[in-house]
Amino acid sequence: MDSYLLLAWTWVRASAQYRTSFVVSIISSFAINALDAVAIGIVFLHVTTLGGFTLPEVMFLYGTSGVSFAIADMLFGNIERLSQHIRAGTFDTMLIRPVSPFVQMAADGFGAHRIGRLAQAVIVLGLSLQVVPWSRAWLVPLMILSGVVIFTAVFTLGAALQFVLVDAPEIANAFTYGGVTLTQYPLSVYGDQLVRGVTFIIPLAFVNWQPALYILDQPDPLGLPEWLRFASPLAAVALAVISALAWRAGIRRYRSTGS
Amino acid sequence: MIETISLGRDFKVRGTLVPAVRDLTFRVEAGEFVGCLGPNGAGKSTTIKMLTGILTPSYGRALVAGLDPSKQRKALARRIGVVFGQRTTLWWDLPLRDSFELVRHLYKVDRDRFGKRLAELTEVLELSPFLRTPVRQLSLGQRMRGDITAALLHDPEVLVLDEPTIGLDVVAKAEVRSFLARLNAERGTTVLLTTHDLGDVERLCRRVLLIDHGRLAFDGSVAELRALVPDQESIEDVVAHLYLSSTRAAPRTPRRTPDADPPTVTA
Repeated sequence: MDSYLLLAWTWVRASAQYRTSFVVSIISSFAINALDAVAIGIVFLHVTTLGGFTLPEVMFLYGTSGVSFAIADMLFGNIERLSQHIRAGTFDTMLIRPVSPFVQMAADGFGAHRIGRLAQAVIVLGLSLQVVPWSRAWLVPLMILSGVVIFTAVFTLGAALQFVLVDAPEIANAFTYGGVTLTQYPLSVYGDQLVRGVTFIIPLAFVNWQPALYILDQPDPLGLPEWLRFASPLAAVALAVISALAWRAGIRRYRSTGS
Repeated sequence: MIETISLGRDFKVRGTLVPAVRDLTFRVEAGEFVGCLGPNGAGKSTTIKMLTGILTPSYGRALVAGLDPSKQRKALARRIGVVFGQRTTLWWDLPLRDSFELVRHLYKVDRDRFGKRLAELTEVLELSPFLRTPVRQLSLGQRMRGDITAALLHDPEVLVLDEPTIGLDVVAKAEVRSFLARLNAERGTTVLLTTHDLGDVERLCRRVLLIDHGRLAFDGSVAELRALVPDQESIEDVVAHLYLSSTRAAPRTPRRTPDADPPTVTA
């Protein structure tokens, strides 16, 4: 933990040396994601509901998934650069230090500019909170935290895959960046098979969809059992355990580079 | 201090298992200075990587400072120092001094001990002119001295170096060598290094391990190595002869039994 903070701080200091580029990157990170949100607004100029959800409700889904992802991405997203580290040989040097290579990877090149994305998601979430009834608000922090864990676990799985597959970053991106885009909309707009897949295989539905059905008092279009609305922490822990095991298996299989 | 028992590692290349290191058994006692020789691709680096916890062995076992490298990697990291000649373990964009400060935190070295050790190393390795320079701007010789310092700040019992003199000019090479010799003599640090530079071996190593085709092909002193091929003048010629003949006949595995034994070779 303190090693993480120390390494991350080192990177923040290093990038803050170039002040203008630092500020520009925060703003552009904010702006790119803001455009993304504007796109949803444009859709609602033509329809009143999307997959059975009103604009503020969709913003709630967008905001929760966005906040979870932005936190996971900022803290741990750098582990997706594993294959670069393997090729450059820098992963070897992480393995000879008395700190977990996972922590070193996550903190390496820590990008404080990603705060821009987080700020944007927080604003959208803030604006949407009017749709959350007080009696059900308790589930919101829990779903965001579960979302952070689920996205981190997906990042980790993607990294673990890179121990065996060099092209894995592309595959992993489909689930991380693809995952956040997917969960920013009501899953009811997608086909049933896809929704089943992200419920039971890669449990992205637990990032926000399932708990949001309870919070927004919406029926599950697939008619899945009621208790799944509260199963996000369970799904998060299960996926975290699987990804940790995959990571360890990956390290055992690590081949290093020549010489 | 270092012990391997029929240690081996295979790599899967296009579906077939290719052995990089096979059945390696040797022992290095505390305070020894051992050089590891072998042609390119012989398995030296793979061996070093297994001893430092970077690679997990396919079979056999290794013990370094009483620890299993792949299973107790973090505990081992505090007890050994590792230097790669081909790449730096320092932070490219940070001044050397800041890299050392990070190392101090990562290894949890207490401030006083760190200060004392850094002062000693700064003096012996003459680091003061470039302590404030970012690592990327250092010359190779300076960078290597910086890397060696970083590997020694936590006062390890064992120092493992993978081609520490590669690419260095004569003066820088001499400096690194005399430093390693002093470290071994004065502090009793166990040193294991791989090299292609036979000057390193002649000037530093009391014992040589020759690895070939992933196996231990020779284990003995430099004088014994020389005696293997009596008609050759220099140690370079001796080793070249051994490397060449080994490509024709793959060696069997010799074992070194305690000291007085004559050296064995199967090249």
